[in-house]
Amino acid sequence: MSCGRMENKILSYVDGRLKESERLEMDKHLATCAACELRVNEFRAVSSLLDELPVIAPSPAFDVRVRARVAAEPVKQSWWAWFAPSPRVAMAGALLALLIVWVGVRPSGLNPATEAEINQNMPVLENYDVLSNFEPLTDLPAPVADEPQDDASQSNQQM
Amino acid sequence: MARSDVQLMLDVKSGDEQSFELLLHRYRSPLVNFLYRMVRNREQAEDLAQEVFLRVYRAREDYVPSAKFTTWLFRIATNLALNNVRDTRHQRMEVSLDAPLTADSEDGDERPIDVADQHPDIEQHLVEQARSKMIRHAIEKLPEKQRAAVLLHKYQELDYNEIAKILECSESALKSLLFRAYEALRVELAPLVAQHAKP
Repeated sequence: MSCGRMENKILSYVDGRLKESERLEMDKHLATCAACELRVNEFRAVSSLLDELPVIAPSPAFDVRVRARVAAEPVKQSWWAWFAPSPRVAMAGALLALLIVWVGVRPSGLNPATEAEINQNMPVLENYDVLSNFEPLTDLPAPVADEPQDDASQSNQQM
Repeated sequence: MARSDVQLMLDVKSGDEQSFELLLHRYRSPLVNFLYRMVRNREQAEDLAQEVFLRVYRAREDYVPSAKFTTWLFRIATNLALNNVRDTRHQRMEVSLDAPLTADSEDGDERPIDVADQHPDIEQHLVEQARSKMIRHAIEKLPEKQRAAVLLHKYQELDYNEIAKILECSESALKSLLFRAYEALRVELAPLVAQHAKP
């Protein structure tokens, strides 16, 4: 193994993550190359120094804050949730269906004979409605009473 | 027997809130530490970690176990961290120029030394503190992607394959990235490395 090929394997060697065959190859190279052996020792030293860094503990409020943020998340409703049975929706649907059925089957309040009579008289009622509201007719003088006139003519003839 | 991450996530998907609690308990510390080492601010790290959990929760209905849960989780965390680092770069540069040299208010793990307490090992404590600070600053000086790679590799112990997926690069590119990062750390920490690497 050349020194150039060490670069990609030196850390794996220090970590003990090399395959057995690769490790043996490295051992063989290190036995004959003082520079690479020194580098390996220095990398081991760096790794050991990194172990000295203290570990910090999360603050006691950390979990509480995470839980609060999670609890504040809006509840996501999936599209399929629309099909899930909901008591409120079921109740509303049932009431609506009952209302439709009731409107469809309830009696109208008039018997068939009365309804037929109304239908028969409908043109007369319509004409009456038109004539009673016909504006030009309101300008006409009031009709003269017939009966008193007849009585007067009869008395003239007797005389 | 403990349920796997994927099983827990599938249970969350089917409406089991308790499984989300278990995931929160399992990953809050690794996430907060990873993000803290990325953004160097405890408050921001916790905010980002909360955001990660929130995104996991939001995505529960669409979750498909196509990759390892940790790959997905740390991908979200890494993206948030990289965005935060880029967004606050200018702000952090100003803070770092204005910050007093003796105090590091951002470091929650660093206890201010009370000289009056007559600590018998105060000298030793000062040495350890300076050493720890040097290591942190060496990591901080790495470019963001290298830093993320080192943190995921060293502290989360993820496979190269997983880290490559998280950082959206090939496994070979990741190994090269890690090699460059370790080279930079070796140079930056040379005085400490020399003590450790003595044959």
